[in-house]
Amino acid sequence: MAAAARRRPIRVLIAKPGLDGHDRGAKVMARALRDAGMEVIYTGLFQTPEMIARAAADEDVDVVGLSILSGAHNALFPRIIEELGNAGLDDVLIVAGGTIPDQDIPVLRQLGVAAIFGPGTPLQKAVEFIRQHAPVREETT
Amino acid sequence: MSDLIERFLAGDRRALARLLTHAENRTELGRHAEQAIFGRTGRAQVVGVTGPPGAGKSTLVNALIREFRDRGRTVAVLAVDPSSPLTGGAALGDRIRMLENAGDPGVYIRSMATRGRMGGLALAVSSATHLLDAFGFDVILIETVGVGQGEVDIADIADTTVLLQVPGLGDSIQTIKAGILEIADILVVNKADQPDARQVVRDLRNMLLLGDHTSRTTPILETVATEGTGIPELASAIDAHYTHINQTGGREQRVHRRLLREVEQLAGERFERWFTAMLASDDLAAERQALLDRRVDPRSLAERIISHYAITHSGRRSG
Repeated sequence: MAAAARRRPIRVLIAKPGLDGHDRGAKVMARALRDAGMEVIYTGLFQTPEMIARAAADEDVDVVGLSILSGAHNALFPRIIEELGNAGLDDVLIVAGGTIPDQDIPVLRQLGVAAIFGPGTPLQKAVEFIRQHAPVREETT
Repeated sequence: MSDLIERFLAGDRRALARLLTHAENRTELGRHAEQAIFGRTGRAQVVGVTGPPGAGKSTLVNALIREFRDRGRTVAVLAVDPSSPLTGGAALGDRIRMLENAGDPGVYIRSMATRGRMGGLALAVSSATHLLDAFGFDVILIETVGVGQGEVDIADIADTTVLLQVPGLGDSIQTIKAGILEIADILVVNKADQPDARQVVRDLRNMLLLGDHTSRTTPILETVATEGTGIPELASAIDAHYTHINQTGGREQRVHRRLLREVEQLAGERFERWFTAMLASDDLAAERQALLDRRVDPRSLAERIISHYAITHSGRRSG
């Protein structure tokens, strides 16, 4: 508790880009991150890349988590990352979860997605990754 | 460092977002920013929206954003949700109801966790309001956490406090209790399409009739926020109240009280931090033991620490 109070909470945006309506995974992840002491903003379904970037910028999050089950990641992720850059969020940690085939992972990693958590990933693994890799941006006084 | 403040003053939205984080985290830069921008504040119309969990606050705020935008005004929203008392984490879910305004540059929505603060708001809400005000938003809508009966901090911050009620929360005895109903400038019965809504309106009206008739009567409005029903009327009532308090000098009083209260809170916050550190420090190990051994009582120990504070701090001033 004392350690958690000393460091400010990591802020995470959980976003559902595109046209799939399944957000159980996103909600489970949001809940796990909340229970790990993070402040989680969930945007809901059917988000465009522009909406995700706007929310991430205005909410000034440290981490953007993209949940996708539609198979459109190769089309959507590059646009989201571009929009995040346009919004001035170059240092934000981007992670993804959902059904992303192994052969797509190298390309997405190269684009700037720091980690991809497929089905069956233990929650704790994702939580730990975010905790370790979220950018530290300022001192708390 | 001060580059952020300059960018803020030039109207850079991203700088606003960063400075809000600094305000929330109580950083040095956050304090500098507040000094730099405070002269520009005092122009925004601050509207508080409060009510029990699930009453429809976020949905109503979303409808109000659209209404005020249609009236040509820019709108910022601070949406407060609770932090976990166990882990400090938070799920901030208000934004999800406000997505239709996501692409409008005249709208800024920011979610905020209470971070342990009671009273329905986060500690940083005052600072955040100053930043949004100085940035030039015409209307600032502050949505509190879902409240029960006693979370009334919003009345210290807002020019106009809107309290939502919904059917199904109890009988007319609830309406004569002290607390949150007293701070409302406007009462809204949301979900007014539900069967018991009329009874809620009647109970609230009777509650008002029991009270003092000399001052302005609190309007009671009915809305169905999901459909936008009653929203133009609500926006007009908010504006009418704002005009009223401006004309009668009531706003000046409110602002005065608000700023003094903020000073009080900031000083209290600093003192509390000092006190907590002091209490845990090695210097007081013997006193803590004496407390555990029941040789000194809690009140005496508190008094002793406070006088110690007075001595060290007056000493610092003269020296």
